[in-house]
Amino acid sequence: MKPLKLALVPVFALALANAGWAGDVAAGDVVYDDGAVAVSLSGMAGDPAAGKKVMTTRGLGNCIACHTVSSLSEFAFHGEIGPTLDGAGSRWTEAQLRGIVSDAKKTFDGSMMPSFYKKSGYIRPGNAYTGKAASEDELSTLLTAQQIEDVVAYLQTLKD
Amino acid sequence: MGMLAKAAAIGAFAALSLGQAASADEDARLIINGEEEMIVRAAPPAWSPLPELLSGWLFRTVETQRLQMDDFENPGFTSVDSAWETWSLPEGSAGKSCADCHGDAASMKGVRAVMPKVNAENGELWTLEMYINNCRTERMGAESWGWNSGSMVDMTALISLQSRGMPVNVAIDGAAAPFWEAGKELYYTRTGQLELSCANCHEDNYGNMIRADHLSQGQINGFPVYRLKNAKLNSIHARFKGCVRDTRAETYKEGSPEFTALELYVASRGNGLSVEAPSVRN
Ligand code: HEC
Ligand code: HEC
Repeated sequence: MKPLKLALVPVFALALANAGWAGDVAAGDVVYDDGAVAVSLSGMAGDPAAGKKVMTTRGLGNCIACHTVSSLSEFAFHGEIGPTLDGAGSRWTEAQLRGIVSDAKKTFDGSMMPSFYKKSGYIRPGNAYTGKAASEDELSTLLTAQQIEDVVAYLQTLKD
Repeated sequence: MGMLAKAAAIGAFAALSLGQAASADEDARLIINGEEEMIVRAAPPAWSPLPELLSGWLFRTVETQRLQMDDFENPGFTSVDSAWETWSLPEGSAGKSCADCHGDAASMKGVRAVMPKVNAENGELWTLEMYINNCRTERMGAESWGWNSGSMVDMTALISLQSRGMPVNVAIDGAAAPFWEAGKELYYTRTGQLELSCANCHEDNYGNMIRADHLSQGQINGFPVYRLKNAKLNSIHARFKGCVRDTRAETYKEGSPEFTALELYVASRGNGLSVEAPSVRN
């Protein structure tokens, strides 16, 4: 992990990121129904304020690398790869949003959007951004179950 | 071209803004030293998926673009100057310099434009770096240079400069065909935990911003490239490595058969653009 990230994320949360709570739905056990995921991955409600942080932090979700979000205009540089997320909370249900953030390829075939709650099926997976190999059993999901829930909670605030 | 005097003038420019604020003019023309025009837009080869080939120079800010329009402002020329000295420096057990066999560096005109190419002697695909190191070890009895060592990257800049303005024209048929196919395969493979291929960024999204970066077509006609970000000249394979690393993947090594094949494929996607080395990017 990059130093910047270490500074931003409390040590406690880091431990979580690697281990996950026992109560989390494991990445391989998530049930997708037409791309949507009905139940909370952490078993808990999401916190939109925490979700906002995940969405704007490089090394976490960094969603604004690809999406513009008007309500996040205080953060510099929004990308133009995907559609704007303005109004996403009106276009999609909570379950659909959870599915898109966990593994967008289940909703949009072949999507460029990374799968944030997946652990296997990669070609030449690396150890984070070191360029060195990682074996698949040491990989953690890009976001934790709770971070996914937090992001979903924030997306639901994006109403038309 | 005695350019040592230039070094002093360069420092000030290297510190210029890395910001993306000033966006570049789409019709901009790259005319170097007020006289040498580069082909920065070209019609694609028949097989190309791109509607038009665009030099990476077009995607940079006006400030960055300007640095490449005058050799006295181009910070890459400090390296060219030092390679100029190395060119006639005898080294190794044979006591020979590049100049002893090749004469003036101008004899290297045309070489960059067709690299990488299949070495007729052994059927392998060789990059410019490999030809340089072969001269060092086999003809000079000198040590080979590291792929990203200053001596190597500087020398590729000097040799590439001799072809500046010539259209890139790598061969992709005949003996090169299997290497080209292998490179193409790599170009479209989605690697790493982010599952991104070269094509995701440089074919499907050039012209778009990805966070603070303005995506280009990822062309290599400008290499070696002086990057303001790390304030030095960068080799093609070092750039590939960085892009692959950013997909959270295990990278290939500089000089590996994979990156060499990828270099041929990416070079061919720029067939028709001018050799621009040493170019300047952020
Ligand atoms: C590398 C690019 C990339 C990143 C990073 C990314 N996305 Fe996406 N996203 C896309 C693309 C492209 C689409 C459009 C779907 C498609 O056609 O593939 C999309 C679609 C979406 C949609 C559906 C939009 C709509 O209303 O149609 C949502 C919601 C979404 N993304 C949320 C997120 C969130 C939240 C994150 C971060 C946790 C994120 N994205 C990160 C590329 C990205
Ligand atoms: C996640 C996005 C992404 C992926 C995937 C990616 N690149 Fe890049 N690449 C960039 C960015 C950002 C830059 C800097 C801006 C630019 O020139 O496009 C860049 C720059 C480059 C450059 C320098 C261009 C110049 O004019 O100096 C080359 C060459 C390149 N990439 C090749 C590749 C190759 C080959 C691959 C696949 C092995 C690849 N890239 C994969 C994002 C990416």
